Amino acid sequence: MRLIAKLNPVILVAVSGTLLILLLASGAAMVVRRLHPSPLSDEIRKRIRTWWLIASLFLGMLLPGRAVTIGFLAFLSFLALKEYFSLIPVRRVDRRVLFYAYAAILVQYAWVYSNWYGMFAIFIPVYMFLFLTLRMVISGETAGFHTAVGTLHWGLMTAVYSLSHLGALLLLPFRGGSAWVSQPTGGITLLLYLAALTQLNDVWQFLWGKCLGRSKVIPNVSPNKTWAGLIGGICTTTVLSVALAPYLTPLTRMEAVMAGALIGLAGFFGDISVSALKRDLHIKDTGTILPGHGGILDRVDSLTFTAPLFFHLVRYQHF
Amino acid sequence: MANASRFLFFFLVMKPLAFLILGLNVRRRNLLPRKGPAIIVANHNSHLDTVILLALLPYRVAMKVSPVGAESYFFRNRFLACFSRNILGIVPVDGKHCASAAGMLRSVSGVLAEGGIVLIFPEGTRGEPERMGRLHPGIAHILKPHPEAPVIPVFIHGAGKALPRGESILVPFLCDVLVGNQLFWTGNRTGFMDQLASSFRQLAIEGGFHEWV
Repeated sequence: MRLIAKLNPVILVAVSGTLLILLLASGAAMVVRRLHPSPLSDEIRKRIRTWWLIASLFLGMLLPGRAVTIGFLAFLSFLALKEYFSLIPVRRVDRRVLFYAYAAILVQYAWVYSNWYGMFAIFIPVYMFLFLTLRMVISGETAGFHTAVGTLHWGLMTAVYSLSHLGALLLLPFRGGSAWVSQPTGGITLLLYLAALTQLNDVWQFLWGKCLGRSKVIPNVSPNKTWAGLIGGICTTTVLSVALAPYLTPLTRMEAVMAGALIGLAGFFGDISVSALKRDLHIKDTGTILPGHGGILDRVDSLTFTAPLFFHLVRYQHF
Repeated sequence: MANASRFLFFFLVMKPLAFLILGLNVRRRNLLPRKGPAIIVANHNSHLDTVILLALLPYRVAMKVSPVGAESYFFRNRFLACFSRNILGIVPVDGKHCASAAGMLRSVSGVLAEGGIVLIFPEGTRGEPERMGRLHPGIAHILKPHPEAPVIPVFIHGAGKALPRGESILVPFLCDVLVGNQLFWTGNRTGFMDQLASSFRQLAIEGGFHEWV
């Protein structure tokens, strides 16, 4: 009961909003399946079913408070990093190096939890960057060194450093965006804003692409990405970002337009950077943990770009 | 007491270890046995192999599984012997007399006769990580008096990276588990061993795994 009493009105609205969107999506998918049954509509149904799971898990992890939220995000980084290390060819001699890369997750999120922005910002790009290289050098194996050092650092930056900016949004001392929020919300509304816009941006880009998409943006990397999808997605996301900004963020209208366009475009690049990785490794999905979506990396790919960019946009302008 | 600790170990250690720390991509989980007598045959690269296979089964079925392990290793001191017997349910076989297979037959036969499931690693040892060794024909000796027991081949990939022989630190990797179609004793040792080996080869090819260098 104490939990419910502490519940922030913003989160209650977010939960009902999500519920509404998912109900609409499920309903629409059901109608489409009735009218035009096809493998695609089956796939979409499976995908929406997984969306229910993702959304309830994510919102559920926001409710009990900061420690749980940060723990959940750390676990998300762990799953993403594990997926990546399991996909790429790693050298036997680097087993211990991977162990330290995993250990860095705990340390990085500990900086987030302890509100230490400086260490959060430099720990992986400075200390882990040097330490992993050093550790690889002293193991004495030079064959495959440059590939290994490059791939391991990219994984750590993408799965841990980039994604940890989701947690860093909680660091920002933001106290609610509007009059009807009486309690301090912390950055939790910023996290909601970014996560919702990024994930929905994927959906808009998919829908616009399916409806109007013709010419492809970058067929060598991802044959499914069309100009109509990209531009339609960015526009929809921008409209939504402007509409939600007063409730969830300190952004002015102009800044919200920037944030929306940034999330739309960066989300696209995050998405295709993981597509490029999959193409290179000759795989379709990064995993099987999320039916209809693939692996964790398939789901958080856009966030690996939008999280750090959005974080710094907000931080630079308001904190 | 033993049951309670087995229960706790299964749900607090084996399940989280297999599904959260490692993570499994399983193909054809439905082919795993639900009742005994049956024999699960797997390639062996890591102690995690046993954990993974047990965690893939429902608790009730997992409790019927007796992994076959070398007495000289799993029962080498009192503490380990207690753990191996009561928590993992290991059936000890005498490593030295494995070739004659007499001791092995007796204990394993007992498990099958009672409707249990035997988990056996016919490579005998974990060997080089992520590389399949020669299959020992001891399993044929077990099967001869139990032709009714289905043999289910399982190919595991990744566990040898996560915790190879000689390493004490576990490094998480997603593991692939490929379950093959069940085989039955053919009445002929070489014929059966060839069938089993070809079954494993097919599963390995299906996975398309690379050697770990």
